[in-house]
Amino acid sequence: MASLGELERSVMDLLWSAPEASTANDLRDRLASNEGPDHAGKDLAVTTVLTVLSRLEKKGLVERERGTRPHRYRAVSTREEHTATLMHEALGTAPDREAVLARFIGAVSDAEAATLRRLLARG
Amino acid sequence: MLLTAYLLALLALVLAWPVPVALSRARWTARSPFAAMVLWQSIALAGGLSMIGAMLVYGLEPLGGNLLAALRRATTIVLGNESPGELHFWHLFALCTAALLTVHLVFTLLLTYARIVTQRRRHRELLALLSSPSGALDRTWVINHPAPVAYCLPGGSRSVTVLSDGLMEALAPEELAAVVRHERAHLTQRHHLLLWAFEAWRAALPWLPTSRLARAAVNSLVEMLADDVARRSTPDAVLVRAIALVAVGSADDGERPPGAHGGSLPATMDNGEDVDVAARLSRLLTPRPPLGRTATAGVLTASALLLAVPTVLLLAPGIA
Repeated sequence: MASLGELERSVMDLLWSAPEASTANDLRDRLASNEGPDHAGKDLAVTTVLTVLSRLEKKGLVERERGTRPHRYRAVSTREEHTATLMHEALGTAPDREAVLARFIGAVSDAEAATLRRLLARG
Repeated sequence: MLLTAYLLALLALVLAWPVPVALSRARWTARSPFAAMVLWQSIALAGGLSMIGAMLVYGLEPLGGNLLAALRRATTIVLGNESPGELHFWHLFALCTAALLTVHLVFTLLLTYARIVTQRRRHRELLALLSSPSGALDRTWVINHPAPVAYCLPGGSRSVTVLSDGLMEALAPEELAAVVRHERAHLTQRHHLLLWAFEAWRAALPWLPTSRLARAAVNSLVEMLADDVARRSTPDAVLVRAIALVAVGSADDGERPPGAHGGSLPATMDNGEDVDVAARLSRLLTPRPPLGRTATAGVLTASALLLAVPTVLLLAPGIA
């Protein structure tokens, strides 16, 4: 049995690649047919998928379409948008600059970049 | 008592402006980042202590010949509900300011901590969905992004180093190893605690030159300390190349049209508070020997004295 964390990952991967909103049943079927190395979807109950979806909803990653039965779920932002958010935080260019993640190199100015290019060309 | 208050106020003033300005311009700090870091911490602590201490001593002056006696008397007044007749407006004003400043500093420290922890948790949640563990490197995650990015995410036993695809492509194996050693040094030397404390200090007193300069200096010093760890097992030239490649790569990435590859990054420094890459590179390109033993001992002794002076001024008259 895969852990909740791994399931969250698999569910998000499915939602990110899905063109439209999916029901918990759809997701369960697609997880069960996944030929991934960890066989995350084997013997998966729909209630487990619903638990995972509600956790993801609480984290603000997934939203439920209103007024449909059964509920249909979709990803709030694309994978690329989330990655860009992480990278902005990591580079200290996010509006909220308080993550204080020590990073290898922050953003550099254009002038600095030009100097560095010369340095690299030289040696 | 009054003399003590004036001496503490003088110390607070000196530590708020001329000393940090001089230290942020000093060139020896790049030679011994550790000693410089100790000195900055001592300046911040001694500055805060003398600022609050000066107001406290001034406010309590009518109540006793020394701080401890005055504090005892003040306690009797408060507990016994007596009228503090000896205290005039300016004494009460100084006491209230000292109390408010103390609360403000502690509160900002805790608030900054809470904010950082929340943001880090959120970052970690997203990271778990978006990155995969690196096969070859322990506690290292790889995220799919074309810009060369490396950073570490502190969190006790769950601390991780994060590398981007772009970084792995741009760097040769030995350069990559240098970057990973640099990031691990941040984690093992607990640099995030220093960054947190100085960020809180700046957030609490943004108008004070010392808090702004100290934060910028500390940001820069932790990078130098991590570079020095990487240098133990990597030739300087390799580290220089890694730094230059990453810096240029992230600048180039910002020049591409946005959205072309899922989120480009602005490459300009937004407020000049970022770590000075040039300073970091120049100490690798033209290395100067670290400070001698005497000079280092001098800096460390000065740091200890800075802390001792306000402490002695506050407590010694009462104990003697």
